[in-house]
Amino acid sequence: MFSMDLLLEAVVTGVLLGCFYAAVSIGLSVSFGLLDVPQVAHPAFLVMASYAVFFLNDGYDIDPLLAGVLITPLLFVFGLLAYRLYYETFERRGTDAAVRGIAFFFGIAFIIEVLLILYFGVDQRSVTASYIGKSWRIAGMRVPLRLMVAFAVAGGLTLLLSVYLSRTFMGRAIRAVAQDEEAVRLMGANPVRIKQWAFGIATAVLGVAGALLIIVSPVDPTLDRAYIGRTFCVVVMAGLGSMTGTLIAAIILGIAETIVLTMFGASWAPAISFALLLGILAVRPQGLLGRR
Amino acid sequence: MKRRTFLGAAITGIGVSLIGKAGADQPPIKIGMSMPLTGGLAGGGKPSLLGIEIWRDDINAKGGMLGRKVELVVYDDKSSASETPALYSKLLDIDKVDLLFAPYATVPTAPIMPLVKQRGMVLIGNFSFQVNSKIHHDMWFNNAPWGPADAWASAFLDIGQKAGGKTVALLTADQEFAQNLAKTAREVAGKRNLPIVFDQAYPPNTVEFSSIIRALSAAKPDIVYVASYPPDSAGILRAVNEIGVGDNVKLFGGGMVGLQFGPVMAKMGSLLNGVVNFNTWLPEPGMYYDGTKAFFEEYSKRAVAAKVDPLGFYLAPFGYASGQLIAAAVKATNSLDQKAIAKYLHENEVKTIVGPIAFSADGERKETATLQAQFQGIVDNNIDQFKKPGKQVILFPEKLKSGNLITPFEAARK
Amino acid sequence: MKRNAIAFWGFALLFLAAILLSAQFVANEYWFFAGYVILQFIVLSVAWSILGGYAGYVNFGTSAFFGVGVYTAVFLVSAIGAPLALQIAVAAIVGAVMGFAVGLLTLRMQGIFFSIATIAVTIVVETTVTNWRSLGGAAGIQIQRPPVTAPFHSYVQMLVFVQALLVVLSVAISRYIQNSWIGRGLQALRDDELAAECTGVPTLRLKMTACVISGALMCAAGAPGAMYLQYADPASAFNLNYSVSVLAMALIGGTAHWIGPVIGAILLGVTQQLLTVTISSEVNVLVLGVMLVLFVVGAPEGIIGLFRKGRRSEGKA
Repeated sequence: MFSMDLLLEAVVTGVLLGCFYAAVSIGLSVSFGLLDVPQVAHPAFLVMASYAVFFLNDGYDIDPLLAGVLITPLLFVFGLLAYRLYYETFERRGTDAAVRGIAFFFGIAFIIEVLLILYFGVDQRSVTASYIGKSWRIAGMRVPLRLMVAFAVAGGLTLLLSVYLSRTFMGRAIRAVAQDEEAVRLMGANPVRIKQWAFGIATAVLGVAGALLIIVSPVDPTLDRAYIGRTFCVVVMAGLGSMTGTLIAAIILGIAETIVLTMFGASWAPAISFALLLGILAVRPQGLLGRR
Repeated sequence: MKRRTFLGAAITGIGVSLIGKAGADQPPIKIGMSMPLTGGLAGGGKPSLLGIEIWRDDINAKGGMLGRKVELVVYDDKSSASETPALYSKLLDIDKVDLLFAPYATVPTAPIMPLVKQRGMVLIGNFSFQVNSKIHHDMWFNNAPWGPADAWASAFLDIGQKAGGKTVALLTADQEFAQNLAKTAREVAGKRNLPIVFDQAYPPNTVEFSSIIRALSAAKPDIVYVASYPPDSAGILRAVNEIGVGDNVKLFGGGMVGLQFGPVMAKMGSLLNGVVNFNTWLPEPGMYYDGTKAFFEEYSKRAVAAKVDPLGFYLAPFGYASGQLIAAAVKATNSLDQKAIAKYLHENEVKTIVGPIAFSADGERKETATLQAQFQGIVDNNIDQFKKPGKQVILFPEKLKSGNLITPFEAARK
Repeated sequence: MKRNAIAFWGFALLFLAAILLSAQFVANEYWFFAGYVILQFIVLSVAWSILGGYAGYVNFGTSAFFGVGVYTAVFLVSAIGAPLALQIAVAAIVGAVMGFAVGLLTLRMQGIFFSIATIAVTIVVETTVTNWRSLGGAAGIQIQRPPVTAPFHSYVQMLVFVQALLVVLSVAISRYIQNSWIGRGLQALRDDELAAECTGVPTLRLKMTACVISGALMCAAGAPGAMYLQYADPASAFNLNYSVSVLAMALIGGTAHWIGPVIGAILLGVTQQLLTVTISSEVNVLVLGVMLVLFVVGAPEGIIGLFRKGRRSEGKA
């Protein structure tokens, strides 16, 4: 069963899948990587966004990607509010913020899960679009078109966010806050406002990411649990807050998963992301390319 | 949720007024069960419960059992094995129910078997698979049409061999039901000298099946036996459509859970064409028995309000049949004596809306009535097409056969 | 202090005697089924709190330890037909070793890194068990109970008594830790790990100790679960809901004192049992999440914090 052809195909699929993982992790790379917010509810927000996309696609026949863009402003505002609540109740009170912050977001994730079940039911949902279920033939192998879409969107998102963070005023301010909050404060800027803005952006990109999630595979309300490992693995491996790092780390994870899936047996695949994560954390408790 | 409670109350109210004379002075007969109403199995649990509720309303409209009204006591077991022992103990010791139904599926059922056996209660099983093979409870009666353990795999491999298949590939979900299917498939294939050229279990929550499908088609099998769960079934068929499984595949499918549920089938549309898969009830000629048509008319009406599968072929009629089994036994023995009921069910065939049911000693069906059917001529995004005959052509069992297999697999997809 | 100890042990004996007596006089088995679940959650949340509360390391891996406890028992029963006491003892040892290994791997990480690492441990362990064919793999495994011995009328009654013993044991250990130098050291490192390290507190050794004890107790609490269900499957035994429930119980009760998780577990455990048999729907799960968030936001010290605050303001008035 071990052949070069299969290996090559696994690598190609792995790269495409990795890009998809990058797209769903990049928001976390901002919120957790740059802002140090223990956002364990990130995957739950992601699944929620997918359901919003489903709602628009199923009810109003809007293209899933377009729907993802349409809900982006809503998610942005939602992110602003979520950060405000988090800041007022935890960061400002100091001590213990991390411990209870994690529990807080964990609880939020749980509530989102149940609300989705209450409204949409437990059945899995999927969307329809012209590019789902088709494939392109590239150099003798058939590549699913929906993965190509994920590839393109993930590349675009990464580029957009890197440019935003390095070229625009607000982007630079966000990075400055991440590096030295005190210095920003001394310069007369309000770090909380900046962080709130950044958290808004981190949540807003989930619109398109959520659309990708439901394009690539059907979604059910408890899917977020499977993505806790994948997204945090990517972000930690990426070295907290690096956008290109996120893309590279996600591709590594994607390739690792597909190779194990094709070569060694699929039943070990769910442990890959977590085993990678554990390995990295055990060697470097601050992440692979940790900025501290 | 509130709506269902209200609905339930309203319906019970109607029931009471209809049988007012007979049941007024006697306490109702309580039937207790847990049902997965939340969690991974809820998609099956809810329609199953609706089927049972329709039976309750029907029998109450006819005056109940032994002149007493029938009442259901239902708890949510959250699809988890760890919830059911306490719930069934509550049903037995606090609610003091007269009769027991099992929850839908194997996992929640397995932990209650010892308790139920110890208390000497009849248990009407609900689609669990080989759950009684170790416990040997002689008062267990499974409503599902599975029959003997290996019947399922035999039927599928038979069709494959007749179509000229010589090698087998197994692609199975790493979860309880699928693994049990895989085990019997390996045994049957071994007995028939069919070499297994590919055998993989994939984990729940697998996102991308294209690499698995590539590995599978590289093994060039003739027969592909897939045992999968709803989210994966969709993922697998999508990948098959995109990547292709190769021209040598004669038969594809077998044990894909999810392709029986209306919303899933409607979403997948033409992707389904060519797949040969198991089912329990289909709107084909020969599947209609006394009361079947009326049941589905009632079900279609109530499914909308209850937000469950609008088709409900797979589980709901069997929920109704569970009630018919118990009603027939109670009526014939004129008592609620558990031993008498068990004896009756072991010795007699009962006519239900899913056909006559007879049990063998282990409480499974004497003969398998699990259908193998091929999806043919399915178009996209149309749930009503599945209500018509000819869309899922029955290939097995022989006496219900309603069409011919189109083979090879790729040809059937065009 | 001395009088306190006498009162504590007196109460513990009274509690055990009451359970033993109830086995003689209460015929209704449901109370034992429901009681078992609540007692099990008390042990789990008290054990969780030793690391999560005193040291402030939020462990999401409760279900990993619990599941390993269940499967240790399954393994011992199916391999050598071991008796219950041996199952629990071995599970405790396995849990201690596992706690040591997990601690070694993860305790140098701080805050959220530790928490995520514990989720990772859960998934890796669950995948391993799922791939372990002789333990039934994903299909699950059924096991049979041996006949019950006097003075109990049923096996479940005996399991309730055993779990009650574990409650007393875990509370006694937690109480001892809280009042000893270990507890003071853990509290110091919780407040400021760097400062504690600088003043000579052996932080890593303390954390390891807490992790080992916590792990041993969680595994021990899981072991009787195999006989309780007479069935085990990875999806149920490693269910993430255990982690959430236990976390919520400890935080809602309050983690500063050993009584906090006990109160939280009783309160939430009873609520869950009641909701399961009354509302019987998604709302049940929702209540857990909402209560967790409300308490973390509104009452960071948990119920015991509220109680103390109440007493303090009374004192002022």
